[in-house]
Amino acid sequence: MVTWPNFVSQLFNGLALGALLALISSGLTIIYGTLGVLNLAHGAMFMLGGYAGFAAYQATGSFTVAVIAGTLALLVVGMAMERIVIRHFYKRPHEDQLLVTFGLAIVFVELVRLVFSSQSQVVPPPRLFAGITNLGFMFYPTYRLAVVGIVAVALLALFLVLYRTRLGLIVRAGIEDSVMVDSLGINVDRVFMVVFGIGAMAAGFAGIVNAPVVSLTPEVGEAILVQAFVVVVIGGVGSFPGAILGGLIAGEIISLTSMVNPGYAYVMLFAAMTLVLMLRPYGLLGVRGRE
Amino acid sequence: MQDRKKDSHNAARREFVRTGLGVAGGLALPYALVSQAFAAEQHPPIGTWPAGASGDSVFIGIAVPRTGTYAVQGEDELKGWQLAVEHINEGNPLIRKISPRTKKGVLGKQLKIGVADSAAKPNDAVQAQQRFITENKAILMTGSTSSAVAVALNKLAQREKVLYVTGISGSNDTTGKDCVRYGFRQNFYGQTAAAAIGPVIVKAYGKNKKAAYLTPDYTYGHTVTKSCQDYLAGAGWTTATNQVAPLGAPDYSSYLLNVANSGADVLINVNWGHDAVLSTQQAKQFGILDKMKLVIPYQIPFLAREAGPDLTQGVYAATDFWWTLEDKFPLAKMFVEAFDKKFGYKPEWGANNAYMSFALWAEAVENAGSFYPPDVIKSYEAGRKIQSTVGEVYFRKEDHQLVRPVIIVQGKKPSEMKNKEDFWSVLEIVPGAPLMQKPDAFGCNLGDYT
Repeated sequence: MVTWPNFVSQLFNGLALGALLALISSGLTIIYGTLGVLNLAHGAMFMLGGYAGFAAYQATGSFTVAVIAGTLALLVVGMAMERIVIRHFYKRPHEDQLLVTFGLAIVFVELVRLVFSSQSQVVPPPRLFAGITNLGFMFYPTYRLAVVGIVAVALLALFLVLYRTRLGLIVRAGIEDSVMVDSLGINVDRVFMVVFGIGAMAAGFAGIVNAPVVSLTPEVGEAILVQAFVVVVIGGVGSFPGAILGGLIAGEIISLTSMVNPGYAYVMLFAAMTLVLMLRPYGLLGVRGRE
Repeated sequence: MQDRKKDSHNAARREFVRTGLGVAGGLALPYALVSQAFAAEQHPPIGTWPAGASGDSVFIGIAVPRTGTYAVQGEDELKGWQLAVEHINEGNPLIRKISPRTKKGVLGKQLKIGVADSAAKPNDAVQAQQRFITENKAILMTGSTSSAVAVALNKLAQREKVLYVTGISGSNDTTGKDCVRYGFRQNFYGQTAAAAIGPVIVKAYGKNKKAAYLTPDYTYGHTVTKSCQDYLAGAGWTTATNQVAPLGAPDYSSYLLNVANSGADVLINVNWGHDAVLSTQQAKQFGILDKMKLVIPYQIPFLAREAGPDLTQGVYAATDFWWTLEDKFPLAKMFVEAFDKKFGYKPEWGANNAYMSFALWAEAVENAGSFYPPDVIKSYEAGRKIQSTVGEVYFRKEDHQLVRPVIIVQGKKPSEMKNKEDFWSVLEIVPGAPLMQKPDAFGCNLGDYT
């Protein structure tokens, strides 16, 4: 249904969807870029963040506490996962890394199902952002508007960490050439643990922030993981700005295609990925030669 | 190996006949026992018969979604099957009301089940059932919460010549163009849902309205939406927009914006499982439910529990069973009480459908007096009137669809709920036969018995 109001609505909705995808994908791309591990448990991290936040919300009734709990819990889960499991897979083939992270994802999902059942759980938005806002050209859930702002702040924080701190410098150097960073005498081990933690934390934060939008189920991370991969491929593997650009592009593709024919929304997303792979195999903002 | 099995089978049979004759003291054996004992000689082996029916128990393969979009509904169905197996094996009074010939087990054999997670994916379900057939000599298959799975298992059943009773399947195709001789469906479907709920919503909302549809992109969604559109066109209703979404879509915002901008009066949500919960919750977030009336033509077990009565209050839905039918049907009361006692909650319609599908199969086998599939099929096709939890029902022989009432319910306001599970009030119990299309209208061709 292509009408002017619908076009503007969908354009805006694409931005909101894209912002969230950008946040999730940035965690994925940072981990892959630095550690060279394709983390198939990233969707499960997103899901765990949501459930950790949900549990905190149940206990306290505060959305702010839920967000903090979901975020910190995943920082801890991420660092523990790196130290206990992932670390032993850096030198092993990519297939092993895929299998172990895939296996961990299944374990996380089924553990959550065991505790919370398959029934969906609702985290209501904070009272400040409840209800609907009239934007003039459309009505839009106030909380989704807030999500755009919240994600923008989170991405800015990630940007500052990556581009204005010593840790960020090491991470970015590691993405370019991890052997060289190692030779310069930097404790890569500890940096790797922190990087994995930050990546998981970004997913966890996105998970709890997204919870009032979708209602939680143990599978909430699975579809998101696929989309996050598409975003990373479009934006360029290992590129933080690429994840943001890729996220926004993916959000707009889904929204605008669904205006013309909703059945093709996800098809078009993969078509776009194919096109990027053909024309710029290293992604829009990726650099040739990066792993 | 084959010969030895045959020998031992023959030996067991001889012994059985001898003992039977002894006990009967030379009196004529009941026909059923004789026909079972000699069935192996009268018919060549077919499917898993007679191997699957030669021991003191028979095996049923269940492939049900325990993960994915339909996981919640799948677990509920599974509980219905588990209760039915327990009741059949012990000869529970409820089963004996439905299947009067049942004593303990089916033809004296205990039922055993194997359960596999299908995740509502046809390939997974077919692989699991193929394994149950090969390794366990399954004599019956069931499972589906998605009609895509039901259609796939229909085809497997016909190919392997092993009976299949659907779990939940709402597509017209299951007993329409994809019907098979070896498949049977207990529950209501798109056509009967639309014909039952159509008059109710036309009466409530008037003629010449505009409807927006949310449709899951597979056989169930397409046929249910089509049936609703066809029925409502007769009352001058038009389709403002039809938003087709993939199964398990992570977000409905873009579809809902199209709905919001469509100018529709009524939102008809055909989505199912978690998709229905999510799309309904998000429709509320977008303010759509303040402007449009919501209709659920094919009710979703647990929707009210998950989305909350605030969202389902006033909503019309067509369904297979709701637990307060216990006030009208004694068998429903027995079922609800037994289920609640065992599992601690009031059963949803998926569990009732599962229970009834096994009870009806037991009834058909007992009346056939044999597990020989063509005999069981003919027993189903005899059109006997059977007592069920929603009154008298029978199978239509032309398409293997149960002729049964459709229940129209309306969501209660939170203030009207008498207890925490009292989500829907039963408005009407619509007799099934007049709702159904002519048996050949959806292109059903059942295929061969052997």
